[in-house]
Amino acid sequence: MTIQQSYAATATVAGYNFAFLDEQTKRMIRRAILKAVAIPGYQVPFGSREMPLPYGWGTGGMQVTAAVIGKNDVLKVIDQGADDTTNAVSIRRFFTRMTGVATTEKTREATLIQTRHRVPEMPLTENQILVYQVPIPEPLRWLEPRESETRKMHALSEYGVMHVKLYEDISRHGHISTAYDYPVMVNGRYLMRCSPIPKFDTPKLHMNAALQLFGAGREKRIYAVPPYTEVKPLDFEDHPFQIERWPETCALCNAEDSFLDEVILDDRGGRMFVCSDTDYCSERQAAGHRGRMAAPYKEEAAQ
Amino acid sequence: MIDMPLLSVEGLSKSFGRQVACRDISFELWPGEVLGIVGESGSGKSTLLNCIAGRIAVDGGKILYRTAAGDIVDLATALESRKRHLMRTEWGFVQQHARDGLRMNFSAGANIGERLMALGRKHYGSLRDTALEWMAAVEMPGERIDDLPRSFSGGMQQRLQIARNLVTRPRIVLMDEPTGGLDVSVQARLLDLIRRLVQDYNVAAIVVTHDLGVARLLAHRLMVMRHGEVVETGLTDQLLDDPQHAYTQLLVSSVLSV
Repeated sequence: MTIQQSYAATATVAGYNFAFLDEQTKRMIRRAILKAVAIPGYQVPFGSREMPLPYGWGTGGMQVTAAVIGKNDVLKVIDQGADDTTNAVSIRRFFTRMTGVATTEKTREATLIQTRHRVPEMPLTENQILVYQVPIPEPLRWLEPRESETRKMHALSEYGVMHVKLYEDISRHGHISTAYDYPVMVNGRYLMRCSPIPKFDTPKLHMNAALQLFGAGREKRIYAVPPYTEVKPLDFEDHPFQIERWPETCALCNAEDSFLDEVILDDRGGRMFVCSDTDYCSERQAAGHRGRMAAPYKEEAAQ
Repeated sequence: MIDMPLLSVEGLSKSFGRQVACRDISFELWPGEVLGIVGESGSGKSTLLNCIAGRIAVDGGKILYRTAAGDIVDLATALESRKRHLMRTEWGFVQQHARDGLRMNFSAGANIGERLMALGRKHYGSLRDTALEWMAAVEMPGERIDDLPRSFSGGMQQRLQIARNLVTRPRIVLMDEPTGGLDVSVQARLLDLIRRLVQDYNVAAIVVTHDLGVARLLAHRLMVMRHGEVVETGLTDQLLDDPQHAYTQLLVSSVLSV
């Protein structure tokens, strides 16, 4: 991680305000965040700014991060659980250049984690903030195209139609086939879309110790789940909510309790399952857990 | 209780700019009664229906509804939350075009179950049983429960729409040209069905139609509208056999007889 260190060593780029956004914008976003925290699950509109990367790449999450980041924060950025994918690397670099804060790949060392599509496997603490990048914040969007109508439905708690979608899942597939972006009720009041995290991660939102903030840049919405808030997935009495299971454990660290990605190895049906959370996987390997395809452990050369 | 109307509309008015759609309309609807509203296109029938259903804000007048709990609500001024709740429990609305009243991307079963799920029924098996019962009640084959409405014929879509509305056992059903756009034999069967359902479940209905034949078959009482005003009201047979107002006479005489 030499690039990272060299940026951290030099000061931030001249001519830019700390964390890219100007102070007025950050205050505006913080006000939206405060409102979102006060009304868990409620989508607060905010004046989303143009960021130096396209919509859909995490502009909402970045604006939230920029608004809450401080000089003493330690930032971790993940994309699909991994610290080393394009989106994660470029956002981390951006904040390193714009703030000069320390970055990390270790979940337990981070104070601020921006994520796309995953919640870290390691339980979060009260000293951490998790920022989600959200593409479409409105859980009712595909059921009701009119924004005026969905707002009314939220205002009046008219969420029956969401169950219609789950009903349709069962009638077509025999089980609730919604696998990501699973609809949840927050604090018994607002229906919320928990960004496209797999439903494996949905239970982690419930009573989480960390503050969870959601930013949607294109749709100009911020919402939040404050620490220790009830988050309940919708389901049917005779078809209760269930998370995914895998036929194998992680091929590298042998974990049974983490979200696994399937990797195709050849064109003869060879495959392996590995943890999508790279930090969790490497930490387990460092602790001596070995999966069936793990290389013999050696000291981490990259550091 | 029985000697009180279910719905009484008093002096309802609605205009769109300078265009008057409904002028000072008053009537009462009694439990189990079917009221037909007839008139030419543009006479304000549908606007009146939409005003009653709370889909359009009225300019003036009262829409007093006696709820199942026995209290009187003025729908013209009631809170939207109250209105919407009544609309999906004690009221039904059957659209002329089934695609406006159905969720076209969801199966027949999901369409019938929607109101129940909105009321908090969360048991898939029982929702399905209820859907099957209602499909039988509207003469639809049960094996098509998982089919999408767009695979149904026009008549079946309309029957599905009726089942979807009746599933919460509403006390009033509003119908806007329920048989419009269907061919005559399908129309006859649908009218038969509506007549039977209205009787079996003792629902009151307001049926808007421009077809006097439909009105004659379905409605106990008729209201003739023209230019946003009610020109004549009366019992269906009386009004059609012995029209008093010049416009009603014109309307009755312009019906083709085979």
